Amino acid sequence: MQESRLVSLALVIPALLILLALFVYPLGFSLVTAFVDETGAWTFGNFAKAFEFYSRDIVFTVVIVSLSTALIGAFSIAIGGYLVLGEHPRAVAVLRWLYRWPLFIPFVVAGQLMRTFLAKNGMMNNTFVGLGLYEPIDAVSFLDWRGIVVTFVWKQTPFVALLVSGAMASLDRATIEAARNLGAGRLRVLLGIVVPQVRQTLAVGLILSFVIMMSVLSVPLMINAQTPTMLTADMAFRINAYGDYGTANALGFISYLMTGVVAWIYLRHGVREGRP
Amino acid sequence: MSLRASLQWIAMGTVLGLLAFAIFGPLLNLLLWAFAEKWYFPHKLPLEYGLSFWERVFRPQGSAMESLGNSIAIALITVTVCLAVSIPCGYALARRSLPLRGLILLAFLLPQAFPSLAVYINVARIFYGFGLNGTITGVVLVHTMHGLVFAVWISTAAFAAVDRELEDAARNMGASPLHAFLTVTLPLAAPGIMASAIFVFLESLDEFTGTFFVGVPDVTTLPLLLFRASMEGNYQIASITALILLVPSVGFMLFIERFLKADVLAKVGS
Repeated sequence: MQESRLVSLALVIPALLILLALFVYPLGFSLVTAFVDETGAWTFGNFAKAFEFYSRDIVFTVVIVSLSTALIGAFSIAIGGYLVLGEHPRAVAVLRWLYRWPLFIPFVVAGQLMRTFLAKNGMMNNTFVGLGLYEPIDAVSFLDWRGIVVTFVWKQTPFVALLVSGAMASLDRATIEAARNLGAGRLRVLLGIVVPQVRQTLAVGLILSFVIMMSVLSVPLMINAQTPTMLTADMAFRINAYGDYGTANALGFISYLMTGVVAWIYLRHGVREGRP
Repeated sequence: MSLRASLQWIAMGTVLGLLAFAIFGPLLNLLLWAFAEKWYFPHKLPLEYGLSFWERVFRPQGSAMESLGNSIAIALITVTVCLAVSIPCGYALARRSLPLRGLILLAFLLPQAFPSLAVYINVARIFYGFGLNGTITGVVLVHTMHGLVFAVWISTAAFAAVDRELEDAARNMGASPLHAFLTVTLPLAAPGIMASAIFVFLESLDEFTGTFFVGVPDVTTLPLLLFRASMEGNYQIASITALILLVPSVGFMLFIERFLKADVLAKVGS
Protein backbone atom coordinates (compact mmCIF):
# COMPACT_ATOMS: atom_id res chain seq x y z
CA MET A 1 0.00 0.00 0.00
CA GLN A 2 1.75 3.14 -1.21
CA GLU A 3 0.86 6.04 1.01
CA SER A 4 1.27 9.68 0.28
CA ARG A 5 4.42 10.99 1.91
CA LEU A 6 2.89 14.45 1.94
CA VAL A 7 0.16 13.26 4.29
CA SER A 8 2.76 11.58 6.50
CA LEU A 9 4.77 14.78 6.68
CA ALA A 10 1.67 16.84 7.42
CA LEU A 11 1.00 14.62 10.44
CA VAL A 12 4.50 15.22 11.79
CA ILE A 13 4.91 18.92 10.98
CA PRO A 14 2.94 20.48 13.90
CA ALA A 15 5.08 18.70 16.50
CA LEU A 16 8.25 19.55 14.60
CA LEU A 17 7.25 23.22 14.41
CA ILE A 18 6.85 23.38 18.19
CA LEU A 19 10.29 21.82 18.55
CA LEU A 20 11.81 24.33 16.12
CA ALA A 21 10.16 27.43 17.59
CA LEU A 22 10.51 26.60 21.28
CA PHE A 23 13.75 24.67 21.38
CA VAL A 24 15.97 24.94 18.30
CA TYR A 25 15.46 28.71 17.86
CA PRO A 26 16.10 29.64 21.53
CA LEU A 27 19.08 27.28 21.57
CA GLY A 28 20.56 29.05 18.54
CA PHE A 29 19.75 32.38 20.18
CA SER A 30 21.61 31.23 23.29
CA LEU A 31 24.66 30.09 21.30
CA VAL A 32 24.88 33.39 19.42
CA THR A 33 24.28 35.59 22.48
CA ALA A 34 27.19 33.92 24.25
CA PHE A 35 29.55 35.30 21.59
CA VAL A 36 28.28 38.87 21.07
CA ASP A 37 28.53 42.01 23.23
CA GLU A 38 25.83 44.65 23.88
CA THR A 39 26.50 46.34 20.54
CA GLY A 40 26.12 43.06 18.64
CA ALA A 41 29.80 42.71 17.75
CA TRP A 42 31.50 39.30 18.02
CA THR A 43 33.51 38.89 21.22
CA PHE A 44 34.94 36.43 23.71
CA GLY A 45 34.41 39.00 26.48
CA ASN A 46 31.45 37.10 27.93
CA PHE A 47 33.63 34.06 28.45
CA ALA A 48 36.42 36.14 29.98
CA LYS A 49 33.90 37.50 32.49
CA ALA A 50 32.39 34.05 33.07
CA PHE A 51 35.78 32.56 33.88
CA GLU A 52 36.87 35.55 35.95
CA PHE A 53 33.82 35.43 38.24
CA TYR A 54 32.70 31.85 38.09
CA SER A 55 35.66 29.52 37.49
CA ARG A 56 35.27 28.13 41.03
CA ASP A 57 31.58 27.48 40.38
CA ILE A 58 32.41 25.70 37.12
CA VAL A 59 34.72 23.31 38.98
CA PHE A 60 32.18 22.98 41.81
CA THR A 61 29.44 22.05 39.30
CA VAL A 62 31.61 19.48 37.52
CA VAL A 63 32.64 17.85 40.81
CA ILE A 64 29.11 17.76 42.27
CA VAL A 65 27.40 16.42 39.17
CA SER A 66 30.15 13.87 38.44
CA LEU A 67 30.19 12.63 42.03
CA SER A 68 26.38 12.38 42.06
CA THR A 69 26.40 10.49 38.74
CA ALA A 70 29.00 8.03 40.06
CA LEU A 71 27.00 7.42 43.26
CA ILE A 72 23.75 7.02 41.31
CA GLY A 73 25.48 4.46 39.09
CA ALA A 74 26.88 2.52 42.05
CA PHE A 75 23.55 2.45 43.94
CA SER A 76 21.61 1.52 40.80
CA ILE A 77 23.92 -1.42 40.11
CA ALA A 78 23.63 -2.52 43.74
CA ILE A 79 19.82 -2.29 43.73
CA GLY A 80 19.39 -3.86 40.28
CA GLY A 81 21.93 -6.55 41.14
CA TYR A 82 20.19 -7.54 44.36
CA LEU A 83 16.80 -7.61 42.63
CA VAL A 84 18.16 -10.06 40.03
CA LEU A 85 20.60 -12.13 42.10
CA GLY A 86 19.17 -11.84 45.62
CA GLU A 87 18.49 -15.20 47.25
CA HIS A 88 15.92 -14.14 49.84
CA PRO A 89 12.59 -13.58 48.09
CA ARG A 90 11.24 -11.52 50.99
CA ALA A 91 14.20 -9.12 51.02
CA VAL A 92 13.97 -8.79 47.23
CA ALA A 93 10.27 -7.96 47.50
CA VAL A 94 10.91 -5.35 50.21
CA LEU A 95 13.67 -3.73 48.17
CA ARG A 96 11.52 -3.70 45.02
CA TRP A 97 8.76 -1.94 46.93
CA LEU A 98 11.11 0.44 48.71
CA TYR A 99 13.54 1.87 46.19
CA ARG A 100 11.08 3.48 43.77
CA TRP A 101 9.36 6.00 46.05
CA PRO A 102 11.27 9.14 44.96
CA LEU A 103 10.88 8.26 41.26
CA PHE A 104 8.44 11.01 40.29
CA ILE A 105 8.95 13.40 43.18
CA PRO A 106 9.86 16.79 41.68
CA PHE A 107 13.24 18.35 42.48
CA VAL A 108 11.66 21.34 44.19
CA VAL A 109 9.87 18.99 46.62
CA ALA A 110 13.05 16.93 47.13
CA GLY A 111 14.83 20.21 47.89
CA GLN A 112 12.29 21.11 50.56
CA LEU A 113 12.43 17.57 52.05
CA MET A 114 16.21 17.69 52.36
CA ARG A 115 16.27 21.30 53.54
CA THR A 116 14.52 20.19 56.71
CA PHE A 117 15.88 16.63 56.93
CA LEU A 118 19.59 17.45 56.60
CA ALA A 119 19.63 20.64 58.69
CA LYS A 120 21.69 20.83 61.89
CA ASN A 121 18.52 20.31 63.91
CA GLY A 122 16.93 18.12 61.23
CA MET A 123 15.56 14.62 61.60
CA MET A 124 18.75 12.92 60.41
CA ASN A 125 20.94 14.41 63.12
CA ASN A 126 18.19 14.05 65.74
CA THR A 127 17.81 10.36 64.95
CA PHE A 128 21.52 9.60 64.99
CA VAL A 129 21.99 11.57 68.22
CA GLY A 130 18.97 9.76 69.67
CA LEU A 131 20.55 6.41 68.76
CA GLY A 132 23.70 7.53 70.58
CA LEU A 133 25.88 7.50 67.47
CA TYR A 134 27.30 10.93 68.28
CA GLU A 135 26.82 13.84 70.67
CA PRO A 136 24.53 16.79 69.84
CA ILE A 137 27.59 19.06 69.79
CA ASP A 138 29.05 17.03 66.89
CA ALA A 139 25.95 17.35 64.74
CA VAL A 140 26.67 19.39 61.60
CA SER A 141 24.40 20.79 58.95
CA PHE A 142 24.63 18.99 55.61
CA LEU A 143 23.16 21.97 53.79
CA ASP A 144 26.16 22.59 51.54
CA TRP A 145 27.66 20.67 48.62
CA ARG A 146 26.94 17.40 50.43
CA GLY A 147 23.25 18.28 50.66
CA ILE A 148 23.10 18.86 46.90
CA VAL A 149 24.75 15.49 46.23
CA VAL A 150 22.41 13.70 48.67
CA THR A 151 19.34 15.31 47.10
CA PHE A 152 20.45 14.47 43.55
CA VAL A 153 21.26 10.86 44.44
CA TRP A 154 18.02 10.45 46.43
CA LYS A 155 15.93 11.75 43.54
CA GLN A 156 17.71 10.23 40.50
CA THR A 157 18.77 6.75 41.73
CA PRO A 158 15.26 5.22 41.42
CA PHE A 159 15.06 6.31 37.77
CA VAL A 160 18.39 4.72 36.79
CA ALA A 161 17.80 1.69 39.03
CA LEU A 162 14.41 1.14 37.34
CA LEU A 163 16.02 1.18 33.88
CA VAL A 164 18.97 -0.97 34.96
CA SER A 165 16.93 -3.56 36.86
CA GLY A 166 14.54 -3.85 33.89
CA ALA A 167 17.49 -4.54 31.59
CA MET A 168 18.98 -7.01 34.08
CA ALA A 169 15.70 -8.88 34.43
CA SER A 170 15.50 -9.46 30.68
CA LEU A 171 18.99 -11.00 30.49
CA ASP A 172 19.45 -14.65 29.63
CA ARG A 173 19.53 -16.46 32.99
CA ALA A 174 21.51 -19.38 31.58
CA THR A 175 24.92 -17.65 31.65
CA ILE A 176 24.27 -16.39 35.18
CA GLU A 177 23.29 -19.88 36.39
CA ALA A 178 26.29 -21.40 34.61
CA ALA A 179 28.70 -18.99 36.32
CA ARG A 180 27.01 -19.64 39.68
CA ASN A 181 27.32 -23.41 39.17
CA LEU A 182 31.00 -23.01 38.38
CA GLY A 183 31.40 -21.41 41.79
CA ALA A 184 31.49 -17.68 41.00
CA GLY A 185 30.31 -15.50 43.88
CA ARG A 186 27.34 -13.22 43.43
CA LEU A 187 29.46 -10.06 43.37
CA ARG A 188 31.67 -11.56 40.69
CA VAL A 189 28.63 -12.58 38.62
CA LEU A 190 27.19 -9.08 39.00
CA LEU A 191 30.33 -7.21 37.98
CA GLY A 192 31.68 -9.73 35.48
CA ILE A 193 28.55 -10.95 33.72
CA VAL A 194 25.48 -8.86 34.49
CA VAL A 195 26.80 -5.26 34.46
CA PRO A 196 28.74 -5.58 31.16
CA GLN A 197 25.53 -6.72 29.46
CA VAL A 198 23.48 -3.76 30.71
CA ARG A 199 26.22 -1.16 30.09
CA GLN A 200 24.19 0.59 27.38
CA THR A 201 21.12 1.03 29.54
CA LEU A 202 23.20 2.15 32.50
CA ALA A 203 25.05 4.70 30.35
CA VAL A 204 21.82 6.13 28.90
CA GLY A 205 20.28 6.47 32.36
CA LEU A 206 23.39 8.13 33.77
CA ILE A 207 23.76 10.58 30.87
CA LEU A 208 20.10 11.59 31.12
CA SER A 209 20.60 12.08 34.87
CA PHE A 210 23.77 14.11 34.26
CA VAL A 211 21.93 16.50 31.91
CA ILE A 212 18.95 16.75 34.28
CA MET A 213 21.20 17.59 37.24
CA MET A 214 22.97 20.22 35.15
CA SER A 215 19.56 21.86 34.57
CA VAL A 216 18.19 21.94 38.12
CA LEU A 217 17.84 25.38 39.64
CA SER A 218 15.70 24.79 42.71
CA VAL A 219 17.99 22.37 44.57
CA PRO A 220 21.17 24.53 44.63
CA LEU A 221 19.13 27.58 45.62
CA MET A 222 17.29 25.76 48.40
CA ILE A 223 20.07 23.58 49.79
CA ASN A 224 23.22 25.62 49.33
CA ALA A 225 22.63 29.34 49.85
CA GLN A 226 26.34 30.21 49.78
CA THR A 227 29.33 30.31 47.44
CA PRO A 228 30.60 28.39 45.62
CA THR A 229 27.36 27.31 44.02
CA MET A 230 26.17 25.64 40.82
CA LEU A 231 26.15 27.25 37.38
CA THR A 232 22.35 27.20 37.19
CA ALA A 233 22.17 29.49 40.23
CA ASP A 234 24.78 31.80 38.66
CA MET A 235 22.86 32.02 35.38
CA ALA A 236 19.64 32.88 37.20
CA PHE A 237 21.54 35.52 39.21
CA ARG A 238 23.10 37.17 36.11
CA ILE A 239 19.63 37.44 34.55
CA ASN A 240 17.60 38.50 37.57
CA ALA A 241 20.13 40.89 39.12
CA TYR A 242 21.81 42.43 36.07
CA GLY A 243 19.85 41.40 32.97
CA ASP A 244 23.28 40.23 31.79
CA TYR A 245 22.37 37.78 29.02
CA GLY A 246 25.90 37.71 27.60
CA THR A 247 27.57 36.21 30.67
CA ALA A 248 24.56 34.01 31.45
CA ASN A 249 24.67 32.52 27.97
CA ALA A 250 28.44 32.07 28.13
CA LEU A 251 27.84 30.02 31.31
CA GLY A 252 25.07 28.21 29.43
CA PHE A 253 27.50 27.41 26.63
CA ILE A 254 29.95 26.01 29.18
CA SER A 255 27.19 23.77 30.56
CA TYR A 256 26.37 22.55 27.02
CA LEU A 257 30.06 21.74 26.60
CA MET A 258 30.09 19.67 29.80
CA THR A 259 27.14 17.55 28.70
CA GLY A 260 28.65 17.42 25.21
CA VAL A 261 31.85 15.89 26.58
CA VAL A 262 29.83 13.25 28.45
CA ALA A 263 27.77 12.43 25.34
CA TRP A 264 30.96 12.20 23.28
CA ILE A 265 32.51 9.73 25.71
CA TYR A 266 29.35 7.65 25.50
CA LEU A 267 29.23 7.68 21.70
CA ARG A 268 32.91 6.74 21.43
CA HIS A 269 32.32 3.72 23.60
CA GLY A 270 28.78 2.99 22.45
CA VAL A 271 29.29 2.95 18.69
CA ARG A 272 31.95 0.27 18.96
CA GLU A 273 29.41 -2.01 20.59
CA GLY A 274 27.51 -1.87 17.31
CA ARG A 275 24.30 -0.63 18.92
CA PRO A 276 23.14 2.96 19.12
CA MET B 1 19.35 -21.33 62.01
CA SER B 2 23.12 -21.31 61.80
CA LEU B 3 25.17 -18.40 63.08
CA ARG B 4 26.17 -17.43 59.56
CA ALA B 5 22.59 -17.34 58.35
CA SER B 6 21.41 -15.21 61.26
CA LEU B 7 24.32 -12.80 60.77
CA GLN B 8 23.28 -12.53 57.14
CA TRP B 9 19.72 -11.69 58.14
CA ILE B 10 20.93 -9.04 60.57
CA ALA B 11 23.18 -7.45 57.91
CA MET B 12 20.37 -7.49 55.39
CA GLY B 13 17.90 -6.05 57.86
CA THR B 14 20.33 -3.24 58.73
CA VAL B 15 20.89 -2.33 55.08
CA LEU B 16 17.18 -2.37 54.27
CA GLY B 17 16.45 -0.41 57.45
CA LEU B 18 18.99 2.26 56.53
CA LEU B 19 17.54 2.45 53.04
CA ALA B 20 14.03 2.80 54.45
CA PHE B 21 15.24 5.59 56.75
CA ALA B 22 16.97 7.35 53.84
CA ILE B 23 13.82 7.18 51.73
CA PHE B 24 11.06 7.71 54.28
CA GLY B 25 12.95 9.89 56.80
CA PRO B 26 12.72 13.03 54.66
CA LEU B 27 9.07 12.28 53.86
CA LEU B 28 8.25 11.80 57.53
CA ASN B 29 10.02 15.03 58.40
CA LEU B 30 7.86 16.80 55.81
CA LEU B 31 4.69 15.35 57.35
CA LEU B 32 5.76 16.65 60.77
CA TRP B 33 6.36 20.12 59.34
CA ALA B 34 3.03 20.10 57.55
CA PHE B 35 1.13 19.57 60.81
CA ALA B 36 3.42 21.49 63.19
CA GLU B 37 1.90 24.53 64.84
CA LYS B 38 4.98 25.37 66.86
CA TRP B 39 8.44 23.92 66.36
CA TYR B 40 11.72 25.56 67.19
CA PHE B 41 15.26 24.72 68.23
CA PRO B 42 16.30 22.72 70.20
CA HIS B 43 13.11 20.64 70.27
CA LYS B 44 13.35 17.42 68.31
CA LEU B 45 9.62 17.20 67.66
CA PRO B 46 6.93 19.84 67.14
CA LEU B 47 5.58 21.35 70.36
CA GLU B 48 2.03 21.62 69.05
CA TYR B 49 0.23 19.98 66.16
CA GLY B 50 -2.71 21.44 64.32
CA LEU B 51 -4.32 22.51 61.10
CA SER B 52 -4.18 26.31 61.28
CA PHE B 53 -1.62 26.49 58.46
CA TRP B 54 -3.85 24.21 56.35
CA GLU B 55 -6.68 26.68 56.87
CA ARG B 56 -4.38 29.48 55.73
CA VAL B 57 -3.29 27.53 52.65
CA PHE B 58 -6.79 26.45 51.66
CA ARG B 59 -8.54 29.79 52.27
CA PRO B 60 -10.50 30.43 49.07
CA GLN B 61 -8.75 33.78 48.54
CA GLY B 62 -5.34 32.42 49.55
CA SER B 63 -2.45 32.36 47.11
CA ALA B 64 -2.22 28.56 47.35
CA MET B 65 -5.68 28.05 45.86
CA GLU B 66 -4.79 30.39 43.02
CA SER B 67 -1.52 28.51 42.42
CA LEU B 68 -3.30 25.16 42.55
CA GLY B 69 -5.86 26.41 40.03
CA ASN B 70 -3.09 27.76 37.78
CA SER B 71 -1.11 24.53 38.01
CA ILE B 72 -4.05 22.30 37.12
CA ALA B 73 -5.28 24.57 34.32
CA ILE B 74 -1.79 24.82 32.81
CA ALA B 75 -1.26 21.06 33.08
CA LEU B 76 -4.61 20.25 31.44
CA ILE B 77 -4.05 22.66 28.54
CA THR B 78 -0.49 21.36 28.13
CA VAL B 79 -1.76 17.76 27.91
CA THR B 80 -4.37 18.77 25.32
CA VAL B 81 -1.85 20.59 23.12
CA CYS B 82 0.72 17.80 23.46
CA LEU B 83 -1.76 15.07 22.55
CA ALA B 84 -3.16 17.10 19.65
CA VAL B 85 0.26 17.18 18.00
CA SER B 86 1.77 13.93 19.31
CA ILE B 87 -1.04 11.54 18.31
CA PRO B 88 -0.78 12.30 14.58
CA CYS B 89 2.99 12.52 14.87
CA GLY B 90 3.30 9.24 16.76
CA TYR B 91 0.96 7.48 14.33
CA ALA B 92 2.95 8.68 11.32
CA LEU B 93 6.24 7.69 12.93
CA ALA B 94 4.97 4.24 13.90
CA ARG B 95 2.94 3.31 10.83
CA ARG B 96 3.58 5.38 7.72
CA SER B 97 6.60 5.53 5.47
CA LEU B 98 8.43 8.72 6.37
CA PRO B 99 11.63 10.12 4.98
CA LEU B 100 14.26 10.51 7.72
CA ARG B 101 12.06 8.74 10.25
CA GLY B 102 14.92 7.91 12.60
CA LEU B 103 16.23 11.45 12.45
CA ILE B 104 12.81 12.93 13.32
CA LEU B 105 12.47 10.61 16.33
CA LEU B 106 15.96 11.60 17.44
CA ALA B 107 15.17 15.31 16.99
CA PHE B 108 12.52 15.08 19.70
CA LEU B 109 15.20 13.77 22.07
CA LEU B 110 17.37 16.86 21.51
CA PRO B 111 15.91 18.86 24.41
CA GLN B 112 16.99 16.02 26.72
CA ALA B 113 20.60 16.40 25.56
CA PHE B 114 21.02 20.06 26.54
CA PRO B 115 20.81 21.53 30.04
CA SER B 116 17.42 23.21 29.79
CA LEU B 117 17.98 26.26 31.99
CA ALA B 118 20.15 28.08 29.44
CA VAL B 119 17.45 27.49 26.83
CA TYR B 120 14.68 28.72 29.14
CA ILE B 121 16.34 32.07 29.80
CA ASN B 122 16.40 32.65 26.05
CA VAL B 123 12.80 31.47 25.63
CA ALA B 124 11.86 34.04 28.26
CA ARG B 125 13.80 36.72 26.41
CA ILE B 126 12.14 35.86 23.08
CA PHE B 127 8.71 35.71 24.74
CA TYR B 128 9.29 39.20 26.10
CA GLY B 129 9.06 40.54 22.56
CA PHE B 130 5.69 38.84 22.09
CA GLY B 131 4.26 39.87 25.46
CA LEU B 132 4.07 36.19 26.49
CA ASN B 133 5.97 36.55 29.78
CA GLY B 134 3.77 36.29 32.82
CA THR B 135 0.92 34.75 30.82
CA ILE B 136 -0.66 31.30 31.05
CA THR B 137 -0.10 30.90 27.30
CA GLY B 138 3.63 31.45 27.71
CA VAL B 139 3.91 28.91 30.51
CA VAL B 140 1.80 26.38 28.57
CA LEU B 141 4.11 26.74 25.55
CA VAL B 142 7.19 26.06 27.69
CA HIS B 143 5.56 23.04 29.35
CA THR B 144 4.38 21.73 25.96
CA MET B 145 7.94 21.82 24.65
CA HIS B 146 9.11 20.02 27.78
CA GLY B 147 6.40 17.34 27.57
CA LEU B 148 6.63 16.79 23.83
CA VAL B 149 9.48 14.27 23.95
CA PHE B 150 7.52 11.96 26.28
CA ALA B 151 4.30 12.45 24.35
CA VAL B 152 5.85 11.70 20.95
CA TRP B 153 8.03 8.77 22.04
CA ILE B 154 5.40 7.01 24.15
CA SER B 155 2.61 7.47 21.60
CA THR B 156 4.90 6.23 18.81
CA ALA B 157 5.59 3.13 20.89
CA ALA B 158 1.88 2.75 21.68
CA PHE B 159 0.93 2.80 17.99
CA ALA B 160 3.81 0.47 17.09
CA ALA B 161 2.50 -2.06 19.64
CA VAL B 162 -0.93 -2.27 17.94
CA ASP B 163 -1.26 -5.37 15.78
CA ARG B 164 -1.11 -4.20 12.15
CA GLU B 165 -3.32 -7.06 10.93
CA LEU B 166 -6.33 -5.76 12.85
CA GLU B 167 -5.99 -2.47 11.03
CA ASP B 168 -5.61 -4.25 7.67
CA ALA B 169 -8.70 -6.33 8.41
CA ALA B 170 -10.73 -3.17 9.00
CA ARG B 171 -9.39 -1.68 5.76
CA ASN B 172 -10.23 -4.89 3.83
CA MET B 173 -13.79 -4.70 5.09
CA GLY B 174 -14.05 -1.29 3.47
CA ALA B 175 -13.19 1.14 6.26
CA SER B 176 -11.50 4.36 5.18
CA PRO B 177 -8.01 5.00 6.65
CA LEU B 178 -9.44 7.60 9.03
CA HIS B 179 -12.32 5.32 10.06
CA ALA B 180 -9.92 2.42 10.67
CA PHE B 181 -7.69 4.71 12.72
CA LEU B 182 -10.53 6.06 14.86
CA THR B 183 -12.33 2.77 15.48
CA VAL B 184 -9.48 0.25 15.60
CA THR B 185 -5.99 1.72 16.03
CA LEU B 186 -6.69 4.59 18.41
CA PRO B 187 -8.78 2.58 20.91
CA LEU B 188 -6.12 -0.17 20.97
CA ALA B 189 -3.34 2.38 21.53
CA ALA B 190 -5.39 4.25 24.16
CA PRO B 191 -3.69 2.82 27.28
CA GLY B 192 -0.28 3.92 25.98
CA ILE B 193 -1.63 7.34 24.98
CA MET B 194 -3.17 7.61 28.44
CA ALA B 195 0.22 6.88 29.98
CA SER B 196 1.83 9.62 27.92
CA ALA B 197 -0.96 12.02 28.93
CA ILE B 198 -0.41 11.28 32.63
CA PHE B 199 3.32 11.70 32.15
CA VAL B 200 2.91 15.08 30.45
CA PHE B 201 0.41 16.18 33.12
CA LEU B 202 2.81 15.28 35.90
CA GLU B 203 5.80 16.89 34.18
CA SER B 204 3.80 20.09 33.75
CA LEU B 205 2.52 20.03 37.34
CA ASP B 206 6.08 19.63 38.65
CA GLU B 207 7.90 21.94 36.24
CA PHE B 208 9.88 24.64 38.03
CA THR B 209 12.73 26.16 36.01
CA GLY B 210 10.83 27.19 32.88
CA THR B 211 7.96 28.64 34.91
CA PHE B 212 10.48 30.47 37.09
CA PHE B 213 11.72 32.47 34.08
CA VAL B 214 8.61 32.68 31.86
CA GLY B 215 5.86 32.88 34.49
CA VAL B 216 7.17 35.97 36.31
CA PRO B 217 5.68 38.16 37.55
CA ASP B 218 2.04 37.11 37.25
CA VAL B 219 1.78 33.34 36.95
CA THR B 220 2.46 31.41 40.16
CA THR B 221 2.21 27.62 40.11
CA LEU B 222 2.48 25.25 43.08
CA PRO B 223 6.24 24.57 42.63
CA LEU B 224 6.93 28.33 42.57
CA LEU B 225 4.74 28.90 45.65
CA LEU B 226 6.59 26.09 47.44
CA PHE B 227 9.95 27.58 46.47
CA ARG B 228 9.05 31.08 47.66
CA ALA B 229 7.55 29.86 50.95
CA SER B 230 10.65 27.77 51.59
CA MET B 231 13.07 30.62 50.83
CA GLU B 232 11.07 32.89 53.16
CA GLY B 233 11.53 30.28 55.89
CA ASN B 234 7.81 29.51 56.03
CA TYR B 235 8.31 25.75 56.32
CA GLN B 236 4.71 24.89 57.16
CA ILE B 237 3.32 26.47 53.99
CA ALA B 238 6.21 24.98 51.96
CA SER B 239 5.60 21.51 53.42
CA ILE B 240 1.85 21.60 52.82
CA THR B 241 2.43 22.67 49.21
CA ALA B 242 5.03 19.91 48.84
CA LEU B 243 2.51 17.37 50.19
CA ILE B 244 -0.05 18.45 47.58
CA LEU B 245 2.58 17.88 44.87
CA LEU B 246 3.61 14.54 46.39
CA VAL B 247 0.17 12.93 46.08
CA PRO B 248 0.06 12.64 42.25
CA SER B 249 3.80 11.83 42.07
CA VAL B 250 3.61 8.91 44.48
CA GLY B 251 0.27 7.79 43.02
CA PHE B 252 1.77 7.58 39.55
CA MET B 253 4.82 5.75 40.88
CA LEU B 254 2.58 3.11 42.46
CA PHE B 255 0.40 2.64 39.40
CA ILE B 256 2.76 3.24 36.48
CA GLU B 257 2.89 -0.43 35.55
CA ARG B 258 -0.86 -0.56 35.00
CA PHE B 259 -0.62 2.23 32.45
CA LEU B 260 2.70 1.54 30.81
CA LYS B 261 2.44 -2.09 29.75
CA ALA B 262 5.51 -4.13 28.88
CA ASP B 263 4.50 -4.48 25.21
CA VAL B 264 4.50 -0.68 24.83
CA LEU B 265 7.73 -0.26 26.80
CA ALA B 266 9.44 -2.80 24.56
CA LYS B 267 8.59 -0.66 21.52
CA VAL B 268 10.00 2.60 22.91
CA GLY B 269 12.57 3.91 20.46
CA SER B 270 12.16 1.07 17.97
